[in-house]
Amino acid sequence: MRKLLLIPLTLFIGLVVFLAVGLQRDPHQIPSPLIGKPAPAFDLPTLVEGQRFSPESYKGQVWLLNVWATWCVSCREEHPVLVAFSKANAVPVVGLGYKEVQSQEPEYALPDDQKLAFARAREQRYLTRNGNPYQVSVLDMDGRVGIEYGVYGVPETYLIDKQGVIRYKHVGPVTTAILNEVILPQVRQWGGA
Amino acid sequence: MMRANASWRVAVLAALWVGALWGMTGARAESAQPLAENPVVERRLVAIAEDLRCLVCQNESLASSRADLANDLRREVRGLIVQGKTDTEIKDYLVARYGDFVLYRPPVKGSTVLLWFGPFALLGLAVVVLVWVLRQRARATPAQAPGLSEGQRQRLDQLLKD
Repeated sequence: MRKLLLIPLTLFIGLVVFLAVGLQRDPHQIPSPLIGKPAPAFDLPTLVEGQRFSPESYKGQVWLLNVWATWCVSCREEHPVLVAFSKANAVPVVGLGYKEVQSQEPEYALPDDQKLAFARAREQRYLTRNGNPYQVSVLDMDGRVGIEYGVYGVPETYLIDKQGVIRYKHVGPVTTAILNEVILPQVRQWGGA
Repeated sequence: MMRANASWRVAVLAALWVGALWGMTGARAESAQPLAENPVVERRLVAIAEDLRCLVCQNESLASSRADLANDLRREVRGLIVQGKTDTEIKDYLVARYGDFVLYRPPVKGSTVLLWFGPFALLGLAVVVLVWVLRQRARATPAQAPGLSEGQRQRLDQLLKD
């Protein structure tokens, strides 16, 4: 009889452990279905007027796509980390300026070309002031490319291999620890740097 | 579900009404979205989006969320409806980008078996344990009524006879 009493206790402890593990997990870390799939193609204007960028041109190298915006607060947190990373490593980082001009800003009502020029100037100013970790910066004004990549919270960082396949995705600001312990080993695994 | 639909209809009607009033006075709200250009499309949009999760505010449906991303995704879904895509195609489009997590009704497959059938398995287990315990007890009771000493039992018999 004594032993039988242990059964509910064991079950209860099991339940507590199960729920405790569940509580420790971050519901904002959603596994991306794009891992192992080709990175969606796009063709977007860069910060340099008249220039455009497409991921196609980075075939043959391992690179990072960092989704950011000047209005994004946690991007400010990761920015110096990315600057240091880009100085120390030969891994190209491409910046995707996600919806730089937000719908609640007065400039949102500007015609598209003026809005683009405004976004360009603001991102350029930010990068001049805080350092520029990006080899290329592109502007995704309406967020459509973001949707193709399954972006749901800036900043996000994607690792894309030589064949143009997404190998890793990090949601939220990257830290030096994540870069050195998770991203760099992955870069090496896929033959980069 | 029915109540949610009804309140949505009321909300859309109210929005249309307010919009009409605004139009009449010539005032323009700067964030006014083309809410119901085509009522058929809007109805389908709401029906689909109610089964989808907003990824920013995870306890809200895509239909009711006011997050910026939800707005953009509704715009995309609206576009797909206009293109004549089926509900399944539209859901597949979102799942391909955001995973099963966008669905409030995840599909039955290897990784979701526990989610779908776990509660029934637990219920079954509980019933089995309950039946077993009740049987054990039924077998144990008549032999020796617990808690009564010999003297008490004699007194009880005495009382019952009187």
